[in-house]
Amino acid sequence: MDAIYWPSVFFLIFGALACGFALAVLLSANIVRMAFYLVLSLAATSGLFFLAGQEFVGAMQLLIYVGGTLVLLIFGVMLTSQERFVNMKTLAGDWVIGMIAGGALLSLLTAAAFSVPEWRGPERAAVENLPIEPNATPIGMGLLGARVDQIGAPADERAGMAGYLFPFEIVSVHLLVVLIGAAYLARAKRRSNPLPTG
Amino acid sequence: MTSSLLANLLTEPPGVAHYMTVGAVMFVCGAMCMATKRNALGVLMGIELVLNGANLNFIAFGSKYLDNGGPQLGLDGSLIALFVIVLAAAEAAVALAIALNFYNNHDSIDVDRADQLQG
Repeated sequence: MDAIYWPSVFFLIFGALACGFALAVLLSANIVRMAFYLVLSLAATSGLFFLAGQEFVGAMQLLIYVGGTLVLLIFGVMLTSQERFVNMKTLAGDWVIGMIAGGALLSLLTAAAFSVPEWRGPERAAVENLPIEPNATPIGMGLLGARVDQIGAPADERAGMAGYLFPFEIVSVHLLVVLIGAAYLARAKRRSNPLPTG
Repeated sequence: MTSSLLANLLTEPPGVAHYMTVGAVMFVCGAMCMATKRNALGVLMGIELVLNGANLNFIAFGSKYLDNGGPQLGLDGSLIALFVIVLAAAEAAVALAIALNFYNNHDSIDVDRADQLQG
């Protein structure tokens, strides 16, 4: 009996939390509880990101997703939470069709994931000998257009692996335009016949 | 079979396939949320779950700690995951604005009531 490999234990914990709370989002009928379960599910996913050695993406997941996007969603829930919309039951027929389609898709995806031998877990000794390198600097350099992880690659291989400066610019402007558009769409309606003043 | 798989997971590192399984569960839950929820915000939460399940696969393929000799994304995986997170934030903002507009105009958040475009 080998010693317990603790990252695997944490993977099981975070994976079970992520899957369980995702199921809870699906099965709950109360929109407020769904929002709360979604927060927990996404936070557990960021734990999985940390376990995969992607600590920068995990931190961004916590900051942007859990801290930003979900707070926005919860504001939406609060702004529309009239009594009759908090609990909305799904029709039984929808459940049956959804369960059939979802179960088929899930079994297909899981079988596909485990059918490739290279996607199974690596040897324990190989992983334990890997150096621990933070990857925030390569990500930052990649966003600036310099791929420090591809320096050793031959030039013809590097040709298609340009940096991400241009996509970074596009996504920045996209975010700005989208937020202006969202603020314009969601602004308070001005009354067509305002109350006479004075 | 299941018990040996679990015992293996306690002493051996997880691989890409395990991450893909978690991602598949989140993806399917999100897709079913989109299909079955009647509250527009519930549909939105389903979209977030789908995006996150897909992101988990990018992270798994980009991680060297899960690599068992298969094709790897390397740094591209983490960069694409970052872009997905940012685009999900943008998508949530627009979808929420549309949902609030719909709520203001129809006094309802039920997606089944949004049938005006049928003509």
